[in-house]
Amino acid sequence: MSQAPAFLRGVTTRLSGLAGKSGRQLLPQARLAGPMLWVIAIMIALTVVAAAGGLALANVAGEARGELSGAVTVQIVEAGAEAREAQARAALARLQRLPGVADVARVPDEEIGALLAPWLGEANLGGSGDASIAVPALIDLRLNGAADGKAIAALRKALAEVAPAARVDAQADWLKPVFSAIHSLQWLAASLILLLAAATIAAVWLAARSALGTNRETIEIVHHLGGTDAQIARIFQRSVAFDAALGSIAGLALGLIAVLLMGSRFAALGSGMVTGGGLRWQDWLLIAAIPLVGTVLAALTARFTVMAALRRML
Amino acid sequence: MSAEEDHIVRFDNVGLRYGTGKEVLGDISFTLYPGSFYFLTGASGAGKTSLLRLLYLAQRPSRGMISMFGTDVITLPRVRLPGFRRRLGVVFQDFRLVPHLSAYDNIALPLRVAGVPDEDLHQPVSDMLDWVGLVDRADAKPATLSGGEQQRVAIARAVIGRPDMLIADEPTGNVDPEMAVKLLRLFEALNRLGTTVVVATHDLHLLKKVPDSLIMRLDKGRLNDPTGALRYPPRRPVMPA
Repeated sequence: MSQAPAFLRGVTTRLSGLAGKSGRQLLPQARLAGPMLWVIAIMIALTVVAAAGGLALANVAGEARGELSGAVTVQIVEAGAEAREAQARAALARLQRLPGVADVARVPDEEIGALLAPWLGEANLGGSGDASIAVPALIDLRLNGAADGKAIAALRKALAEVAPAARVDAQADWLKPVFSAIHSLQWLAASLILLLAAATIAAVWLAARSALGTNRETIEIVHHLGGTDAQIARIFQRSVAFDAALGSIAGLALGLIAVLLMGSRFAALGSGMVTGGGLRWQDWLLIAAIPLVGTVLAALTARFTVMAALRRML
Repeated sequence: MSAEEDHIVRFDNVGLRYGTGKEVLGDISFTLYPGSFYFLTGASGAGKTSLLRLLYLAQRPSRGMISMFGTDVITLPRVRLPGFRRRLGVVFQDFRLVPHLSAYDNIALPLRVAGVPDEDLHQPVSDMLDWVGLVDRADAKPATLSGGEQQRVAIARAVIGRPDMLIADEPTGNVDPEMAVKLLRLFEALNRLGTTVVVATHDLHLLKKVPDSLIMRLDKGRLNDPTGALRYPPRRPVMPA
């Protein structure tokens, strides 16, 4: 022991303290345990899949609605072939003159026949004999506006005189049960995301409390040396954020692999509606934000958990 | 120092009980002035450690009033306690070193807590290590240090921030007599710079080594102060900070 130390000359202090490496050294066990990192990864992967599913369904519904919003089908349901043909021609002529009709075309009988042949048999279609099945004539039209109840009623009124056998239907009406199912699936995806967020919060809460217990003695020492709750909470918050970020990135990678695999499978179906379910760039941005949100959520949970526990100490 | 801070600590009829047990401290009244040197003595179980816990703000009393640096610390919101704790240096009887930090980092801890950047830490911490004779043990973890070495690290940690008041619980209990005297000289050096020093000890020989010291004797949780000199001490000159 030599003469009086230089510390007696005084030390300039700045209030930031325990940032970065020194904080990590002080509370090395403030980090989440190994399995917790993978729990977060799994939560984020599931959230990515649920979010991608929900967004794809929204795109399917939106695209279908856009396509069908002004689409109307007119069926001439008349058993007599000549009367059916006459009414179909009259209806087509009337529709072509109506204001608000953007496009109108008769669906060729051959095309209808080709569509129905696999079920009804070619021999039973298109003939005029007693044995043949009478197939309605179809007119496909698109309105400038939406095919709502008022527009449909106006069309029915316009056709009542020239084609009394005409049945007018908005195409969107046929897909109402499908839209309803899609809507339910979207709610399911949103609920799953909320549940996964709640489970992530609970997992981080438990891990932070466990880390607090492990480091209790060190925390008491830091308190006695004048450390604040915020300083201690910041160490935990940073450590948890770092681990949560690693878990989130791993989860994003896993989730994206699953989404891309599923996407390629659905795309291979080639079905009109399913191909409309592709993800747009805004959707990818939202998905990319999931790990960020997960990391912030984990860090905030750790901070509030630690601050709440420290408030019970003097 | 403002007029409000003419005393550094004042206890008025302080009592302490743990839970629903009987009082371990009762009717404790005294005033500590800046620049004073106190020895706190008493038999085992007399309440020395409990009194020190009140002094270093690890415990609130069950009754009475405690004023520190001119502020009532009983009603002080806990968010303001760290500011007061940073003005104290504490040597715990069981050292309370952080087990996974080296001797260097343990000594540097109060400065890090106060926000001193790493580049400004090296000189004061090295000086302290040199002063307590542990330069070659700077990287050693507490578990690999002897009891005496741990105690010296604990003392270095307590004084490195140049506290307004140093509180030491049996600081010479694990060191040889020569080292005990050297540590006492460090406390005296701090004291000469205006730091109030409170040393709890069983070692009556130490008391003779600091001639200007005052003695606070605890007996079964009561402060032995027949003349009232501890409660109403004569004004002492305030040492320059």
